[in-house]
Amino acid sequence: MSIRVFVPGDSAALSVGADTVAAAIAREAAQRGTAIELVRNGTRGMLWLEPLVEVETADGRVAYGPVREQDLAGLFAADFLHGGRHALGHGLTERIPYFARQQRRTFARVGLDDPLSLERYQQHGGYQGLRAALAMEPAAAVRALIDSGLRGRGGAAFPTGIKWRTVLAERSPVKYVVCNADEGDSGTFSDRMIMEGDPYVLIEGMTIAGVVVGASQGYIYLRSEYPHAERMLNQAIERAAAAGLLGDDVLGSGKPFALEVRRGAGAYICGEETSLLESLEGKRGMVRFRPPLPAIQGLFGKPTVLNNVISLASVPTIFAHGAGAYQEFGMGRSRGTMPFQLAGNIRHGGLVEVAFGLTLRELLYDFGGGTATGRPIRAVQIGGPLGAYVPESQFDLPLDYEAFAAAGAMIGHGGMVVFDDQADLAHMARFAMEFCAIESCGKCTPCRIGSTRAVEVIDKITAGRETQANVHLLRDLCDTMVAGSLCALGGMAPFPVLSVLNHFPEDFGLAPKADRKPALKTA
Amino acid sequence: MALEKPLADIVSSAIAGHAQRPGGLLPLLHEIQDRAGYVPPLAVDQIARALHLSIAEVHGVISFYHHFRTAPPGRHVVRVCVAEACQSMGADRLMAHARASLGVDLHGTTGDGAVTLEPVYCLGNCACSPAVLVDDKELVGRVDADRFDAIVGQCREAA
Repeated sequence: MSIRVFVPGDSAALSVGADTVAAAIAREAAQRGTAIELVRNGTRGMLWLEPLVEVETADGRVAYGPVREQDLAGLFAADFLHGGRHALGHGLTERIPYFARQQRRTFARVGLDDPLSLERYQQHGGYQGLRAALAMEPAAAVRALIDSGLRGRGGAAFPTGIKWRTVLAERSPVKYVVCNADEGDSGTFSDRMIMEGDPYVLIEGMTIAGVVVGASQGYIYLRSEYPHAERMLNQAIERAAAAGLLGDDVLGSGKPFALEVRRGAGAYICGEETSLLESLEGKRGMVRFRPPLPAIQGLFGKPTVLNNVISLASVPTIFAHGAGAYQEFGMGRSRGTMPFQLAGNIRHGGLVEVAFGLTLRELLYDFGGGTATGRPIRAVQIGGPLGAYVPESQFDLPLDYEAFAAAGAMIGHGGMVVFDDQADLAHMARFAMEFCAIESCGKCTPCRIGSTRAVEVIDKITAGRETQANVHLLRDLCDTMVAGSLCALGGMAPFPVLSVLNHFPEDFGLAPKADRKPALKTA
Repeated sequence: MALEKPLADIVSSAIAGHAQRPGGLLPLLHEIQDRAGYVPPLAVDQIARALHLSIAEVHGVISFYHHFRTAPPGRHVVRVCVAEACQSMGADRLMAHARASLGVDLHGTTGDGAVTLEPVYCLGNCACSPAVLVDDKELVGRVDADRFDAIVGQCREAA
């Protein structure tokens, strides 16, 4: 009997040496005549422990990490293949508090096994959702999705079921399902992690969308910066098609659904849904006016379901276990679970899937352990480059869409970028506008011109030139961009800037710098 | 002026494979750049005719997207992420080191033709920052000056 040894093939794990470790384990085991089965699984998402090596023992999966090639002699000597004690050991993976305290519904399978094994996918509940959806009338299926409370996990948080209902209601022989996999926000990697770690869950979610709304063609618009995800998705699609899970007759239902990955080309704006559709149509990613909504006139003018990766990946569990089970989690109108991503200057970076409702402080300290540098957390940018820099005074906000919006912040895609007290937030505010200028599609004046002018005005403020007048001008310019931009790029680029002006004026030289005191470390 | 043989074949084969696909221009351009390293300006006319588009439209698409380049890069393309999460862990300093040690500006190629340096905005490796992507396929995390120099060293040693 071979011992199953898991070394992730996820690109974050590869980026810190997982391939070297995997090869070395195989070599060492061969030399010792020990039969092992090396499995390249998805990552468990405890990224500070990568490369995380797991061994399957009679008691369960035992974790060791972070493992380097030079640690292997010691690990073998400690009999890690039978769960032996070692300084790098963490006991049973699923009992590690960071992992055990999560509520993994969407990410339930990531890290369990070979992401490309359809057999393993189905053993762990895969395709139960599609079978359930195929047994329902489309209107009932849409009702279930509405009842689940699932809201768009890309950032706009629009009720997913209502989007599907709109597309279902359109009479058109041609409809599309499009997945927005252009995860361009810094601090976000949940889309990447699930595409690499459990690609079938996205395929299943999109197939469910197709059979429910009457679409027979799906596209995954994947950012070009994710080559590993592209490889995994293409291989998974090929295998699913060979197994009759994609194609002319999905699962013998008589309904067709075909799926294709299309690569983006480095434009942040193509994460905006109408710009994405333009890009899929082979054009410049210019933002469209709405109405018409993509649900009614979307890809090539046809009714289109356009959802984020996590939204679609959450669909199978909703159909497999029922809308009630999903919407039981959460608070207020934020139902279900959210895979938050702890990133940047954070000690325990990774993926934390929990029900809405825990506080930001709990996430940053109880899970995140504070900063990687050990210095105080000064600010957290939440929601990507268009998100506010949240100060410590707001860390007790519950992670809930409405609570954050009321406080002038946003949850977005759930990515949290942590900065310590050495961060220059005026520089970050300037970067927000500089980035907007670089990525602007150019269609509307407030974004195209406003972002460039904003950079100039910020430079004048930090140089101390006519400060009061320029701060007034900057706020006025931000008003114009918020009110007048065609889309959220120009419309929200002011938010990080305003948050720095309001909460960290000292970085602009507008207030005296406070003495550096350590922030509270406990919740 | 016409394209030389290897490039001409790449362009023709990309057109044959993608011109008929819905929204096929982006996959077509990707195939050309994947194989040739760039999209030759001399190919624009042929692509436009094949897709029944104007030269301006095709040029407009190529110039809109940061990924496409219209001149050959160095033998290796090194993309350093300078988005917020990587900045929180020193990406600005890393990029300054990259520019100084390679002796190039952003988008520039070293004198020996080995390395082209590009900024990139998010590689999805945000908990292992700073991150670098080499040749659009190898991701490296927790990159400091030493690790960057090692990456460049490997690029120079490889073909």
